[in-house]
Amino acid sequence: MRHVISLLIENEAGALSRVSGLFSARGYNIESLTVAPTEDSSMSRMTIVTSGSDEIIEQITKQLNKLVEVIKVVDISESAHIERELMLVKVRASGKDREEMMRMTAIFRAHIIDVTESSYVIELTGNQRKLDAFVGALEPELILETVRSGITGIGRGDRVLKL
Amino acid sequence: MVLTGAEIVIRCLQEEKIEYVFGYPGGAVLYIYDALFNQKQVRHILVRHEQAAVHAADGFARSTETVGVALVTSGPGATNAVTGIATAYCDSIPMVIISGQVPTAAIGQDAFQEVDTVGITRPCVKHNFLVKDVRDIAATIKKAFHLAKTGRPGPVLVDIPKDVTMQKCAFEYPQEVSMRSYNPVVKGHQGQIRKAVQLLLEAKRPMIYAGGGIVLSDAAEQLTKLTRLLGFPITTTLMGLGGYPASDRQYLGMPGMHGTYEANMSMHFSDVLLAVGSRFDDRVIGNPAHFAEEPRKIIHVDIDPSSISKRVKVDVPIVGDLKEVLDEMIRQLEASPTRPDASALAVWWKQVEEWRRRDCMKFKNSDDIIKPQYVVQKLWEVTNGEAFVTSDVGQHQMWAAQYYRFDKPRRWLNSGGLGTMGVGLPYAMGAQLAHPGSQVACVTGEASIQMCIQELSTCKQFRLPIKIVNLNNRYLGMVRQWQELFHGERYSESYMDSLPDFAKLAEAYGHVGFRIDKPSDVEGALRDAFSRKNDLVFLDFQVDQTENVYPMVQGGKGLTEMILSSEDL
Repeated sequence: MRHVISLLIENEAGALSRVSGLFSARGYNIESLTVAPTEDSSMSRMTIVTSGSDEIIEQITKQLNKLVEVIKVVDISESAHIERELMLVKVRASGKDREEMMRMTAIFRAHIIDVTESSYVIELTGNQRKLDAFVGALEPELILETVRSGITGIGRGDRVLKL
Repeated sequence: MVLTGAEIVIRCLQEEKIEYVFGYPGGAVLYIYDALFNQKQVRHILVRHEQAAVHAADGFARSTETVGVALVTSGPGATNAVTGIATAYCDSIPMVIISGQVPTAAIGQDAFQEVDTVGITRPCVKHNFLVKDVRDIAATIKKAFHLAKTGRPGPVLVDIPKDVTMQKCAFEYPQEVSMRSYNPVVKGHQGQIRKAVQLLLEAKRPMIYAGGGIVLSDAAEQLTKLTRLLGFPITTTLMGLGGYPASDRQYLGMPGMHGTYEANMSMHFSDVLLAVGSRFDDRVIGNPAHFAEEPRKIIHVDIDPSSISKRVKVDVPIVGDLKEVLDEMIRQLEASPTRPDASALAVWWKQVEEWRRRDCMKFKNSDDIIKPQYVVQKLWEVTNGEAFVTSDVGQHQMWAAQYYRFDKPRRWLNSGGLGTMGVGLPYAMGAQLAHPGSQVACVTGEASIQMCIQELSTCKQFRLPIKIVNLNNRYLGMVRQWQELFHGERYSESYMDSLPDFAKLAEAYGHVGFRIDKPSDVEGALRDAFSRKNDLVFLDFQVDQTENVYPMVQGGKGLTEMILSSEDL
């Protein structure tokens, strides 16, 4: 089962490698991992997408909690939550493809954020499925380059991950 | 008071009341060694290899209730220390390791004797720090000691660049540590403890299974009281030996791969298993699927939540300090009007005694050739069961664990988790320094002892009258045993040729050495050795080369599928 784990960790040098090292040392999967400081710059928030049986997810949560610099760990996929990922796609855009690309951008409610004579950079935010769908909808030979941020997530409603 | 970083390091150790630091100097720690030179409170034990510094500090910690401290230089000093650190980590031993680092400006430049010590040690420490500002040294060392000894203990490394040890700042040692990210649970959950007590009172075939946590949390007294109150059979793991008196009737010996028949059968067929400070290790329960076949309720008490339901699904998890939790269990039991089910217990004990009558620890002694088990039995007799016994890793380790009966905790020092050959002599050094008047024996083999043999020199310098009991069978015995049983008797590289004359080698280091060939000389040699209060004596026992450790649960097999002796093969 796929899980989305959010955690707060001290914003110290090496904190990321403690987390990634834990996953590699114990053979856990990381589908994606995103990290950035929070509004309180002494803390970072990480979102890890992983998969495993209930027992493995329980161990992952416990092992993360055991890291001295980890402040809080929540499996946000246990209840209602929102996931978002940012993708930038550089596409060939010349001749009739320019119109087509603009249409696709509009349909997916994406934005064109860079324009040259022969290419666009399209910015798209959404859940994983939406991003996959967008890439699927483009003609493969028109895609020059893609980059995805990995998932970040937050609980819905009253659920708050805070110190 | 303004001090240099180096002086601050030493002042911190003084504040922590550290008696001994085990270490080895080098370029990056010269200022720290200079600061050490100018005071008398903290004594330095100069080892001959950094691995031994960490092991000795580890042995000191294991035999006391204190934190062991080691000091090493950058680069090879730190990498040599890694085996020691990993050994302590696997057995949750509280330690602080201070390592020198190249100057801050040189970090990342591939400087002389530079390695990423924090990176290399990250997976085998509880936590580690790189101190980049002299003003952070005191607070970091305070945190290191706090982390090392609280919660599930473990080694903590503090890496200090050379320039930081030269800079100056005002020294003040923090009185308290507060970390928002680190607050280990101490008190167990009341409701869970109540549930556990209820289960224990209803049990028909109960069993107590205690691990190293009992020793680490100094809860032997509580465990003994609880066990007697309940009247249940009890087993302690390799790491828990001495956590319950081995001479007691309720004690069934060690469980697991080389555990007793009665301990393994009782573990397997129990209906309620109380696990305290143990972790259902692969060497203890064998195949987890086989273990799970027999239905039983498991209560698991541990300070570390990640140890619970890791290998075996647990019914009543209790996170907390063992001392606190066991005290609360005792309180609730004493307050309860109900008593354990006496008639069910009588039936269960009848079964347990039947298993015990198999006498699985019997061995055929010989008048011609020294049996290693016999040496350990005699060691136990000669030392009245009161020695601090260290071991290395292999057959001799198992025989020491099986035949030396420990009645008190912190008397048995061995590398249970990592299984590090070479720990025996440095552990003995740490134990002897911690307990100067006590008998300290290092039970070892001719292979293991050679992994840290250079420490004989340290023992001479610091006059440590350790008794080395070398069970010399000219084989890597445990490897040979597995090759005999599972690899068609192809003894690939397990025979040791060209061994030194250990008695002479000991003499060359300035110690006393005996070689013992006959069973009739075993006791006399041991008595002679222990009567020499000021000498290190190296006893080189020439033992039976073919002896195997039994009982044995083969890897992948279940606890009830034991080989009891060579006749079972």
